[in-house]
Amino acid sequence: MHDPPKPPDLLAAVACFLREELMPQLSGALAFHTRIAANVVDIARRELELGPRADAAEHQRLVALLAQRGDLAALNQELCRRIREGDMTLQTPGLAAHLWELTLAKVAVDQPGYASYQRERES
Amino acid sequence: MTPDFATALAAVIRREIDGATGIAKLRALSGGAVQETWAFEAQTPAGPVPLVLRRARPALRRDRKSGVSIVEEAQLLRLAAASGVPVPPVRAVLRPADEAGDGFIMDFVTGETIARKILRDTEFAAIRPGLARQCGEILARIHAVDTEPLAFLDRVTPERFLTENFSLYDQSGHSSPVFELAFRWLRDHVPPPPARATLVHGDFRNGNLIIGAEGVRAVLDWEIAHLGDPMLDLGYICVTSWRFGEIDKPVGGFGERHELYAGYEAAGGRLDRARAAFWEVASTLRWGMNCLMMGRQFITGIDRSVERGAIGRRMSETEIDLLRLLAPRD
Repeated sequence: MHDPPKPPDLLAAVACFLREELMPQLSGALAFHTRIAANVVDIARRELELGPRADAAEHQRLVALLAQRGDLAALNQELCRRIREGDMTLQTPGLAAHLWELTLAKVAVDQPGYASYQRERES
Repeated sequence: MTPDFATALAAVIRREIDGATGIAKLRALSGGAVQETWAFEAQTPAGPVPLVLRRARPALRRDRKSGVSIVEEAQLLRLAAASGVPVPPVRAVLRPADEAGDGFIMDFVTGETIARKILRDTEFAAIRPGLARQCGEILARIHAVDTEPLAFLDRVTPERFLTENFSLYDQSGHSSPVFELAFRWLRDHVPPPPARATLVHGDFRNGNLIIGAEGVRAVLDWEIAHLGDPMLDLGYICVTSWRFGEIDKPVGGFGERHELYAGYEAAGGRLDRARAAFWEVASTLRWGMNCLMMGRQFITGIDRSVERGAIGRRMSETEIDLLRLLAPRD
């Protein structure tokens, strides 16, 4: 067991430092890349916070959707194979719902400010 | 830091620009993957003349597999200008004997290229309502450019686009169920080659246009121009990522599809809405593929920059937009 502070809190502090303290001192390419660095630190923080639960939910949905057991990566590959070969389509019960859940969970980590995500989350 | 080609460039400018005595204020504008762009001024008795140097990255000169070479880009700009497409006028093409690298010199066109400013700043409020129509008119002129002198360009059919991108995806080792769904949809809807292959810009979007107080001043970034389906350009400009947050204005975040189409037809373009819809999905997936491939460069260690890693994580924005197109929830 590691001592606190916890990784997400440390990363939140790093992102805040990059944005609030460092960026105002910079201009041009360095300011641009510092903003990207802060965004990347936020992605890592959000994945630490939200990833485990999203992965578990994805795994549970895949087991039900595919009627098959296996680890998450193997089941996701099996889903890809079935879509590619036309064994599963948007008419397959549960597929569209799974793809939406999966994608919303990804964007929630990668880019929660993205306009399409904001719109879909409202609906 | 003065780049090593500065002296050679000054010699070219003295030869090509009337009365020029030298150059000043040479600075890098942007570094693309294959080409670099430099701004500078030619010093003349009448005052400074702002110019731009487009130059191939020396290390990459022999690696080129596809896309437009820098010398071809100069040819393309001259042909497009002759057809009434707003582009920066080409002043001179570098010669091997100049020893300044491969490249060409064009006028510096002032204006705004940052998409979010074009969409939000009040100084563009008056021209925004006309931009979609103007883009349609410009695209019709691009698609009317005589293709005979352009035999050096790649030829891309819808089928080839699909095959190449699917092969890239398949070899990447990444598994995205949403990309699988999109590839499947494209496979089921792929149109035959167009009746007439035209010049296609391929990257015609908000961000690659110089905008001034009167509208579009110049179309930039011709690096992936090719001969193919003109409807690609009409679908591409509607990709949600290129709306920069203004997702309810499908054309570049500033206009409506019917405005784009009206401008296109008024300037002599022949519209095919179904093909444009195919290319909107295909182009959304292509941007997603770019994100995937840039992410792979990070993962495999070819480019460990923060920026590459960050772009890899933009793949999911294209997945949500593909779902909005193919599996809308209402």
